[in-house]
Amino acid sequence: MRRWVLPLLFLLPTFALAAEEVVLGLSRDKVAITTSFDGSDILIFGAVKRESPIKEEPLQVVITVAGPSQPVVVRRKAKWNGIIWVNTDSVTVDAAPSFYAVATSGPMSEVLSETENQRYRISIDHAIRSVGAPMDIEDAQAFTEAVIRIRKSEGLYQTLEGKVAFDEQTLFRTEIDMPANLTEGEYITRIFLTRGGTIVSSYETSIDVRKVGLERFLFSLSREKPMVYGLMALAIAIAAGWGASTVFRLLRHG
Amino acid sequence: MQIYLPIAEVSVNAFLLLGLGGIVGILSGMFGVGGGFLLTPMLFFIGIPPAVAVATEANQIVASSFSGVLAHFRRKTVDIKMGLVLQAGGLMGAGIGLLIFNYLKSIGQVDLLVKLSYVAFLGIVGGLMFVESVNAIRKARKANGAPPPKRRRRTWVHALPFKMRFRTSGLYISVIPPLLVGLSVGVLAAIMGVGGGFIMVPAMIYILGMPTKVVVGTSLFQIILVTAFTTMLHATTNYTVDIMLALLLLVGGVVGAQIGTRIGVKMKAEQLRVLLAMMVLGVCLKLAFDLLLQPTEIFTLATIAGGE
Repeated sequence: MRRWVLPLLFLLPTFALAAEEVVLGLSRDKVAITTSFDGSDILIFGAVKRESPIKEEPLQVVITVAGPSQPVVVRRKAKWNGIIWVNTDSVTVDAAPSFYAVATSGPMSEVLSETENQRYRISIDHAIRSVGAPMDIEDAQAFTEAVIRIRKSEGLYQTLEGKVAFDEQTLFRTEIDMPANLTEGEYITRIFLTRGGTIVSSYETSIDVRKVGLERFLFSLSREKPMVYGLMALAIAIAAGWGASTVFRLLRHG
Repeated sequence: MQIYLPIAEVSVNAFLLLGLGGIVGILSGMFGVGGGFLLTPMLFFIGIPPAVAVATEANQIVASSFSGVLAHFRRKTVDIKMGLVLQAGGLMGAGIGLLIFNYLKSIGQVDLLVKLSYVAFLGIVGGLMFVESVNAIRKARKANGAPPPKRRRRTWVHALPFKMRFRTSGLYISVIPPLLVGLSVGVLAAIMGVGGGFIMVPAMIYILGMPTKVVVGTSLFQIILVTAFTTMLHATTNYTVDIMLALLLLVGGVVGAQIGTRIGVKMKAEQLRVLLAMMVLGVCLKLAFDLLLQPTEIFTLATIAGGE
C-alpha cells in the first residue's frame, strides 16, 4: 500500500487544479486582414466548470493576448555638445510582443501575486524579455519602459484592469480591441483563474491573425518572387503615368 | 475610407494618401523635382515605417515623373542627350553613395548624417536660389517687365576638353561638368534616399547654364531612371516596396503632375524659382528645428525583422 501513497500525493495538486476548469469561447479564433481591415474587437468569454461548491474566497480571472515576439532596437537621443539631438545609446530588447493585452477581473495587485506574475510573465513588464543590455548602459530599465510607453500610446500594449466581467463566480467575458497595425501570426491567448493571488487553473488557445485575399497575394509575391513584384510595381507606375498624361491630353483637346 | 497596406502592415486613410500624392505630384510637375524630400517626412508622420516609406516613394516618383516627362516630351523641353550624360554620372555616384551609406550604417549614425546633409544642402541650395530669383524679379520689374538679355557667362565650365553639342539646351560644353554634376547628385541621392531633383535642378541652371524651361523636363527624365533602379533594388533586397501604398500615392501623383506641368508652363521662370526656393528653405528649417529642439520622446523603436 505504501508504494501507492507517493504517486497519489503528487497527483493531489493536479486534482486541485482540475477542480475548477475554464471552458472558453472566442467570438472568433481567426482575424482576417483584408484590404479594408481597420482593427478588430475580439470577445473572449467562458465559464468556470467546477465539481465542488463555490469556495468562500472569490475566484479572479486574468486574460492575456500576446502577438508574435520580435527583437526591438531601442535608441535614446541625447544632446550632443549642447547643440543637436542625436542617437547616443541603444539597447536591443531580445523579445517584445508586437501586441500585448492583459485584462483582469480586479486590481492587478489583488488578483495576482508578484511571484505568479513573474513565473507566468503576465503583466506587460514581465512579458518583455531583455537580458543583453550593454555594460556601459546603467539604466537599461528605462529602455524597456520606453518600449512599453511607446507601444501603449499606439494601442499595441493594453492593461485592462477590472475589465473582465465575472458573474456569479462562473461566467466571465472581456472585449479586446486590436488596433489596425497588427503583425501577422499566432496570438497566444491565456486565461488564468486565481484565488488569493495564486493561479488555480489556466487555459491556453490561440487566435490566428492572417492576411487574406489581395493582401495575402501581394505579401507572398513580394517575398517569394521579389523580381516579378518589383517589375510589377514599375509597370503599374509607368502605366499610371502614361494613362494620366493621355487622359489629360484628350481632355484638353476634346 | 481606411485601407490596410500589405507590406507596411498599417491601416491608413486612402484619401489622405491620394491627397499627399496629389500635392507632391503638382510640385513634381511644376519644378521637376521628384518630391521625395517632402513625401518621406509626411509618410513617416502618418505612421508608415521608414524603410517602406523610402522604398515605396521611389516607385511613386517613377509614376509622377513619367507622367510629367510625357508632357515635356510633347513640348520638346527634354534634353535627352544631356539626361543620358547626367545619368551615366548618376549611376556611378549612386554606387559610391551606397558604399558611404553602408559605412555610416555600420557606425550607427546614418540617421543623423542624412538629416545633417539635408539641412546643409537644402539650406545652401534654397538660400542661393531665393536670393538669385528675387534679384531677377526685381530687375525684371525695373525694366518694365521686359526680360533682361541673357548673358552667356564664360566660366571654367567652358574651358574644359571633350566638348559636346547639346542641341535642345543650346549648349556646346565639355561632358565633364554634366558627368560630375550627375555623379555628385548620385552620391547625395543614394545617401539621402531621394531622386535628387532639388539639387539637380539648380545645378543644371547655375553650373551648366541650361535654360530653365529645358531643365525641368531633363531632370524628370533623369529621375525616372534613378528611381526605377532604386525601386528594383529595394524590392529585391529589403522587400519594402508596398504596391498598395504606391498605387494610392501615384494615382494622386500622376494627376497632380499633369496639373503641375500646366501651372509651371504658365508661370514665369523667376516666380517658379522663388516658390521652389521657399519650399526648400521651409523643409530645411523644419529639419533643423527637429535637430535643435528637445524631442517629446527621446526614445525610438526599430524592429529588427522589418529593417530600419
